[in-house]
Amino acid sequence: MNNIEIDKAKQGDKPHVLVLEDVVKRYPDQTGKYFTVLNDIDFRVSAGEFVTVVGPSGCGKSTLLRLILGSEKPQQGKILFAGQPVVSPDRDRGIVFQKYSLFPHLTVLENLVFGLDVDAYSIVGRFLHPFRYRQSCKEYRHQALAYLERVGLEEHKDKYPQQLSGGMQQRVAIAQASIMKPRILLMDEPFGALDYSTRQDMQLFILEQWERTHMTIFFVTHDLEEAIFLGSRIIVLTQYYRTDSRKNEGAKIVTDLDIPAPYPRTSAFKCSEEMRKLILKIREDGLDPEHRQHIKDFDLSHQDAFRTINPEEWQLRE
Amino acid sequence: MGLFNIHARPGKTVSFLLSIALFLAGIAAYAVISQARHRENPQDKVVPTFSAMADGLKRAAFEKDRDGEYRLPVDTIASLRRFLISLALLSLAVLLGLQMGVFPYFELIFLRFITFFDKIPALAVLPILFILFGLGEISKVALILIGVFPTIALDTYLRAKDVPREQTTKALTLGAGQFEIAYKIIFPQVFPAVLNTIRLNFKAMILFLIAGESLAATVGLGYRIFVVRRYVAMDIIIPYVIWMSLLAFLADFLVRLWIKKRYKWVALEK
Repeated sequence: MNNIEIDKAKQGDKPHVLVLEDVVKRYPDQTGKYFTVLNDIDFRVSAGEFVTVVGPSGCGKSTLLRLILGSEKPQQGKILFAGQPVVSPDRDRGIVFQKYSLFPHLTVLENLVFGLDVDAYSIVGRFLHPFRYRQSCKEYRHQALAYLERVGLEEHKDKYPQQLSGGMQQRVAIAQASIMKPRILLMDEPFGALDYSTRQDMQLFILEQWERTHMTIFFVTHDLEEAIFLGSRIIVLTQYYRTDSRKNEGAKIVTDLDIPAPYPRTSAFKCSEEMRKLILKIREDGLDPEHRQHIKDFDLSHQDAFRTINPEEWQLRE
Repeated sequence: MGLFNIHARPGKTVSFLLSIALFLAGIAAYAVISQARHRENPQDKVVPTFSAMADGLKRAAFEKDRDGEYRLPVDTIASLRRFLISLALLSLAVLLGLQMGVFPYFELIFLRFITFFDKIPALAVLPILFILFGLGEISKVALILIGVFPTIALDTYLRAKDVPREQTTKALTLGAGQFEIAYKIIFPQVFPAVLNTIRLNFKAMILFLIAGESLAATVGLGYRIFVVRRYVAMDIIIPYVIWMSLLAFLADFLVRLWIKKRYKWVALEK
């Protein structure tokens, strides 16, 4: 692409865990014609950030997450994770889905042990070092139990996931992913299927986990309040915007902000004036189909935000 | 009143009596018919009395025939052996189906072929088997396999395909390799359901077994009933049929028990 780069991020800062540049994702429709879902996505993520992504339904939030995960590939652009191109899902990037995160044939404890086990031992390795393997298994169980204790579910260790409530299942899923200490934890609407009050609890729970470990989290949600409440940074992805070119397909990042509220955050933040203002702003920026910002007015004020401009879409005039 | 009432909730005793009523009625009807026929012709062989059948069973099970063999146990062991060998070989079908469901290259190579293979009427292949493998054990086992192997392979394949993609992705993010995904995630999740399919296919397996035995064998449950048919030995045939049904029921029951005890999580699904 013959792009003009407008880049305000300072060079020489600490390296970014994740860099997306010029990422375009298209899908074929029933007739085989391609339509664009993600149109020229650029951003960077620093380690330790809690990034929330919000946008109207169908804007491609989950697609974006799957691209970072590596389970899907972009048509254009590059996705670098720790400096390396993303090829397929691997143990550097943990994932919590809304559903199907846990293995139904394993107990809660076995679900946690699974990763530790397969990550350390190959199928053959188990037989080559039977004694050492047995020793490690004991260790893994200890470690898993410690994690279960931390998420308050140690008494459920021998149950199967299906025997737990939705909220408890997601706690186990978070523990299962974070026990592997991934460099980034991706979450795809993890609380979307939970009832209102369980959801509030889970939000406080994930904040607590994040504040304790300061892992990097990339959290996709359709709930605006949730996105603002949790994130240290919010990215708004939407198909509602204007450009100078006539075709205007696929979602772009229209807003990328630092959420200034300090941690630890309590539920009181949700009722604050600050929250109300942010909700109003973001709703207008990205979620209201009637109100379409022009590409030159996007608010990409976060220090890790950057973008490349397609001259067709933004005809710079003197 | 009660019969067409969807809210009917009969008590325990009534439920039990109702559930065995048709069995009792069948046995009673048989007794009546048998008695009536014997009143007219004491030599009647078509509907033997219960005592004649008990006697036939006793002779087959506990008395040596003219070759010095106990027929029923020998027949049972011969048929059971063929059945179990086929069952053991069917594990290859499960393995193949799993590979097809997990690895795209296996799917490409085998899917179309197995789907076509599945449509070949196994019994129509029987003459070919006899010509190729002779009348020995191989033909009979081959017949059973041709009959049910594709079904089991395809069933395993479809179930493996049905495991949500998220499970594979999740396992990859936990550091699992290809084989661990196939054998530690996909396989254990589909195996109970595949066992259930195998159980439901016992009937087809027994059908092919009897067909094979009836045409070419010197021993076996299916062989026996076709041999004694020449002498209208209903006093042997009927106990044999009941015995075969009991064995089939037992095998079915054991597999169901296995699934229930070994795979407790299955009952928790849905």
